[in-house]
Amino acid sequence: MKTRRWPLYSLLAFGYAFLYVPVLLLVVYSFNASRLVTVWGGFSTHWYGELLNNTQILDAAWLSVRIATVNATLATVLGTLAAMALVRGGRFRGRGGFELLLTAPLVMPEVIVGLSLLLLFVAMQHSIGWPDGRGFTTITIAHITFSMAYATVVIRARLAQMDRSLEEAAMDLGARPIVVYLRITLPLIAPALLSAWLLAFTLSLDDLVIASFVAGPASTTLPMVVYSSVRLGVSPQINALASLILLFVSLAVIVAGLAMARKRD
Amino acid sequence: MSMNQTAAEEIKADSQAPAYSDNRLRHWLGSRWRPGRWVTVGLPYFWLLLFFFLPFIIVFQISLAEPQIAQPPYTALLEWVDEAVLQVRLNLGNYALVVEDELYRAAFLNSLWVGLVCTLGCLLIGYPMAYAIATAPERWRVPLLMMIILPFWTSFLIRVYAWIGILKGNGLLNNFLLALGLIDEPLAILHTQTAVYIGVVYSYLPFMVLPLYANLSRLDMTLLEAAADLGCRPWRAFLRVTLPLSLPGILAGSLLVFIPVVGEFVIPDLLGGPDSLMVGRMLWTEFFSNKDWPLASALALVLLALLVVPFVALQRWQSRLEGER
Repeated sequence: MKTRRWPLYSLLAFGYAFLYVPVLLLVVYSFNASRLVTVWGGFSTHWYGELLNNTQILDAAWLSVRIATVNATLATVLGTLAAMALVRGGRFRGRGGFELLLTAPLVMPEVIVGLSLLLLFVAMQHSIGWPDGRGFTTITIAHITFSMAYATVVIRARLAQMDRSLEEAAMDLGARPIVVYLRITLPLIAPALLSAWLLAFTLSLDDLVIASFVAGPASTTLPMVVYSSVRLGVSPQINALASLILLFVSLAVIVAGLAMARKRD
Repeated sequence: MSMNQTAAEEIKADSQAPAYSDNRLRHWLGSRWRPGRWVTVGLPYFWLLLFFFLPFIIVFQISLAEPQIAQPPYTALLEWVDEAVLQVRLNLGNYALVVEDELYRAAFLNSLWVGLVCTLGCLLIGYPMAYAIATAPERWRVPLLMMIILPFWTSFLIRVYAWIGILKGNGLLNNFLLALGLIDEPLAILHTQTAVYIGVVYSYLPFMVLPLYANLSRLDMTLLEAAADLGCRPWRAFLRVTLPLSLPGILAGSLLVFIPVVGEFVIPDLLGGPDSLMVGRMLWTEFFSNKDWPLASALALVLLALLVVPFVALQRWQSRLEGER
């Protein structure tokens, strides 16, 4: 069966162009000497220098990275436990509800999640005095809540495909369950743990809506700074910041991808 | 204490019977290994109940309150009057307002409309892409797929921002079209509903392509060969074989796009204009500008109610997929 492939491939190329051209233009214009973002005024790294002197952006970036790190670590731990429960747990009471609670955060509109978590924090502070004020803790808790659902999806897929014969062999040889878990299961799902961690990290670094709801007046994350400056119009500094973020994320994804590919071989 | 018990149980199990791997595996995974089970199920379950489920009950409660200028800015539902009478005040006015007011109704209808149009848009662009990747030579599939996933990893806010520079009145698209002589004066695209469509389709395209690819890559190609052998033309074979078999993928992708888009805030706020009313945006305004927490809560719950049906459909699809494995 021979069908002409070129119409299909040109549609594919169009799709990739649609996905990548806007981002490439963004990067190109971050090196624009002109303040007018859309008029080319020659090559310059001026805006990168300006960015590195912008303490507001740097402080916000530092806060975001701290939140994202704690979030990614805890979300991966909780996601691993949840995936173990779903893949290995068999039937348990409340499994349906558990799966529902793990799927809902994947598609739930962010405004709903943000609003409901803020109202929870306000009510908790009112009744038990914790959390005292809003900021790092509340944003991290909110991020873990939706990131763990994504982490679970990634780890669950890996666990479900995993060959169990190694675990069984270790048990036959008398290894205790916890030892089997730490020395066999965890190393085998390590690539998935890494992807889950990276995914949770970028999701947290990227979140504007939920953080805006649960952040206090003193804590401003990077997306919140970007958002307020973007609302005022296009700025070359934001282009420079965007390019740096794109560079870091692409590098991380490519390195992780290569590491996993090598492991598989 | 419980750890000792487990150890004791294990020793007992060891002395009773030879350690058949199957037995021990079930022992470990089954209901008898209590501490591990409690942690694996209990900890994430507890977290989600506390930080995902409980908040909805509070939202429901506050949606029945009235706004007041105080801290917190809503009235209590239960109040002791004279220390002996418990007064219950439920206010259904917020829901009445959300359902009856023209503005809110328009926002809900428009949100659903944007969700529908953009789901179709993602499907039209995403289906050929997923099909091309699924039928591409084996060694090309992973890199092609990686290229779909990569934008998903980069900042959502920044990808939306990129479109502002392109769609502006003096933006890149207009400059380009003017230079080509295709238009005489700049097109007004930014701050219109069209810009919202473009931004949403662009941002949510990977969510459509991935489930479609997952479905199409498992398609049994011999069915198409059989159709061709029997004289069926490729286009007809696609309509009668491929398309019906890929319906689960279409459904999954559509739901993954439709549900979050209906409540989208960032895209209509940055790219849309005054005419692109959407619920997410109204909720944001009620909350942050008007400080009307009860009304914002009512909006959130009505939005949630609208999304229950597509959400249950998604859940069904997922558990069926799990069953197939």
